[in-house]
Amino acid sequence: MRIELEKRAKVSTLFSILSPFIAFLLTIIFGGIMFALLGKNPVMALYSFFVEPLSEVWSLHELAIKAAPLILIAVGLSVCFRSNNWNIGAEGQFIMGAIAGSILPVVLYDWQSPLVLPLMMLMGMLGGALFAAIPAFLKAHMNTNEILTSLMLVYVAQLFLDWLVRGPWRNPGGMNFPETRTFAVDAILPEMIASGRTHWGFAFAIIAAVLVWFMMRYTLKGFEISVLGQSERAGRFAGFSSRRMIWFSMLLSGAFAGLAGISEVSGAIQQLRPVISPGYGFTAIIVAFLGRLNPLGIVAAGLVLALTYLGGEAAQLSIGVSEKVTRVFQGLLLFFVLSCDTLIHYRIKLVFDRLTATNSEGSR
Amino acid sequence: MGIVEAILLSVITAATPLVLAAIGELVTERSGVLNLGVEGMMIMGAVSAFAITQITGSPYLGMLAGVACGALFSQLFAFLTLTLVANQVATGLALTLLGIGVSGMMGESFLGMQGIKLQPIAIPLLADIPYLGPLLFRQDIIFYLSIAIVAGVHWFLFRSRAGLKLRAVGDSHASAHALGVSVIRTRYLAVMFGGACAGLAGAQLSLVYTPQWVENMSAGRGWIALALVVFSSWRPWRLVAGGYLFGAVSISQLHAQAFGLGIPSQLLSSLPYVATIVVLILISHNRRMTLINTPASLGKPFVPDR
Repeated sequence: MRIELEKRAKVSTLFSILSPFIAFLLTIIFGGIMFALLGKNPVMALYSFFVEPLSEVWSLHELAIKAAPLILIAVGLSVCFRSNNWNIGAEGQFIMGAIAGSILPVVLYDWQSPLVLPLMMLMGMLGGALFAAIPAFLKAHMNTNEILTSLMLVYVAQLFLDWLVRGPWRNPGGMNFPETRTFAVDAILPEMIASGRTHWGFAFAIIAAVLVWFMMRYTLKGFEISVLGQSERAGRFAGFSSRRMIWFSMLLSGAFAGLAGISEVSGAIQQLRPVISPGYGFTAIIVAFLGRLNPLGIVAAGLVLALTYLGGEAAQLSIGVSEKVTRVFQGLLLFFVLSCDTLIHYRIKLVFDRLTATNSEGSR
Repeated sequence: MGIVEAILLSVITAATPLVLAAIGELVTERSGVLNLGVEGMMIMGAVSAFAITQITGSPYLGMLAGVACGALFSQLFAFLTLTLVANQVATGLALTLLGIGVSGMMGESFLGMQGIKLQPIAIPLLADIPYLGPLLFRQDIIFYLSIAIVAGVHWFLFRSRAGLKLRAVGDSHASAHALGVSVIRTRYLAVMFGGACAGLAGAQLSLVYTPQWVENMSAGRGWIALALVVFSSWRPWRLVAGGYLFGAVSISQLHAQAFGLGIPSQLLSSLPYVATIVVLILISHNRRMTLINTPASLGKPFVPDR
């Protein structure tokens, strides 16, 4: 038996809508099998993983808190990926945004003013964008592969944060714990709704998604991004510069990742610690693909991936499986998303007989 | 044993996994496939090698398990990118993310366990050469394998007919296909070889380098291996030189700390990553040279027309 692909005459609209759902369904089926192999009741396990976290108000708030950075980063990444720039160092830009945004509440601890918070957000965006400018410069002017450089910089950012919170920025009154001071009230991103902890980071994420959606759909810039991503040559004929696009997409995604970083630190953690992200920057890559690189799809996908974080925690408590299941689920999901995307461009045929294959070749 | 010898020994131990993972990826890329999942295959090799060693008590069986696991895991990537023509960059990332997740779960029950180290094998006579003997001929089997594999790959690529076909597939898949070479089968095998080598590199980490299981213990070495392939301009022996250079950089932090130079440990730990970036810049800023060396079909999908 062989699998053969036949190119569709035109892109299948049906499957471009259906494919993320098929992928999610397959992930759940495989997840169920995995739970069964671990000796758990698969229905119970899947229930506590995917449904339980949605049943209470506080856990819905947790969902929004976790979805916010994922959506914000993924929206930026979608612009990169669409224009064929592979920024996979969003985790590092997230961290540098968090650090740059924290300069005010940590170093200028005594300065209290309503200006603090907007300045923090701006500096967070700037920090993320500047850190993304390194791989952008290297790709645009030094011809260096951005995948490797942006990823290497993640490690550098993690180590830099580690050094800061253990060294110069350590809380003087914190009994030697590796963490900064807790931020003052003026430096904390307030809650959005009275019923729980969801902070304004979630609003930033939604606004960013809508803005980028508008840009992609209705502006020349959006068209430029798609054209350069699909064919650099065609883009050049239209007078678009792929070098400028490298800068644009990398800086934009860096700024979004930086904003996500400072929002997370200011809204959810309220201080800097050696580790401030459970891999949001990498999970956002999955979010971007599950949302089919469409900003509105990304909002939905971000909620789904946020659910896997919560589900992991819930499943650990209620049925005693390791929370590491989360990463497995996320990895599986990306695999299925990528394989289901094949259906959009190709018809998949199973060929059982060698003879028919040679026949069809002969008939050409 | 003097201090110089100790340092050189630790360089060799640090370089071996890099060389192994990179030589596998070199063959994969020579066939025109860019597999960014090296880190994932490596960590899967590390965890399965450690697990099988703990269960059977034999690090040699563990090593084989690492190789098998890496090869098997790579076929997931091969199926997606070669049969379903999924995007190679995204699928490679997926392989890494999945590998980190699955290895974390598999290894959870082995955390904190004392591992069993692969013991060195002294080669008779050669091991008694002063200085060189203890360095090169009193090593574990994975070191010997790494050198043998590099030599084998060099011979295969540039002296054998099958190697010529593999390079043809990587440089122009359409021409190779027209000449009757099975592009897809060649690429499946090349990806599998890459996976096996990455698995062996992972086994070296959990059986020689630090004989224990720590989550995420590959710590970006798979990515450094990818950079090494670029550094080597896709040539096996140049890759060994690069691997040892990086091995030296990555252990320099340990020795600098031992001398107590007062440099923050985090700065020293970031050296291998910064060095990778610097080397990438040096090697690729000349656009024309890069273009000549890179396999022409690298990363491009192939769908045979029927």
